[in-house]
Amino acid sequence: MAVPPARHLLRARDLADRRYAEPLRVADLAQEAGWSPAHFAREFARAFGEPPHQYLLTRRLERAATLLRDTDRPVTEICHAVGLTSLGSFTSSFTRVYGLPPTAYRASFPPARRHVRIPACVAKAYGRPSVSLDGAHKEAPEARPRNGRTRNSGLGTAGSEKRSAAARP
Amino acid sequence: MIRIANTQFWVHDTEQALDFWTRVVGWEVRADVTMEEWNFRWLVVGPPGQPEVGLVLMPLPGPPMLEADDSEQVAGLVAKGAGGTLFLETDDCRAAYDELAARGVVFNDPPTPQPYGIDTSFRDPSGNNVRLTQVMEFDPARAG
Repeated sequence: MAVPPARHLLRARDLADRRYAEPLRVADLAQEAGWSPAHFAREFARAFGEPPHQYLLTRRLERAATLLRDTDRPVTEICHAVGLTSLGSFTSSFTRVYGLPPTAYRASFPPARRHVRIPACVAKAYGRPSVSLDGAHKEAPEARPRNGRTRNSGLGTAGSEKRSAAARP
Repeated sequence: MIRIANTQFWVHDTEQALDFWTRVVGWEVRADVTMEEWNFRWLVVGPPGQPEVGLVLMPLPGPPMLEADDSEQVAGLVAKGAGGTLFLETDDCRAAYDELAARGVVFNDPPTPQPYGIDTSFRDPSGNNVRLTQVMEFDPARAG
């Protein structure tokens, strides 16, 4: 049996799932399928029930929503991290799909640092209270994040969150 | 006691499937028997070191097993990714990923931390989905 043409469409859809973070366009997906963009877009919509640009956009929005929930990275950075270039269109597409702008969406979930567990060694190193032996508080060292919004490879932040040091040993 | 012996994928081209699962993925042939009077090939592959479970690579049958239209429809659905998924486990997802990628497997996602472990996925030439997971103690915070 010959491989059905839909296999080429699936290859293109997989490419969207795999490389959404890059500046991928429908023309790139069409190329992966080996068809002209117009023919590809028509066949894709017929096979998967939505046009390829919409598939790609919703994949990017889904990834962005996850990053908003699980990290404290700035919205602009998340927009770029999922392959979108215009913050304005990102915000309006996101709002249309999720019913809330990105910042409000994020605010509707517990802050990432409440549920992203921090390794015990980090919690111990950063969480130790900065108190001198005579009981007076020292100045917070410059290196210590003041507002708890650091970006250390998705590990969240310790900051002053001593009680959130629920990391596993 | 009931155990799983074999599981099965519909494939469009048995030779291509055989090449993929043996030469590319590195599995072994468990059975390969052609019954010409039935126009049927029983082809089973499986991972070395786990002889008790196999994957049957079954070509889509025509009449009288399946009407020609139905056969074509199932073939199309598999090609669209609506076939099944095979869930594989490994002790080291990243190492397995590197090894298979070097042999030409195109993965759909890099090894990704999940609450249940680290996993990745790829497809066979027909479009069947394969997840490859390194199972770890469940941790909702591991998702990255």
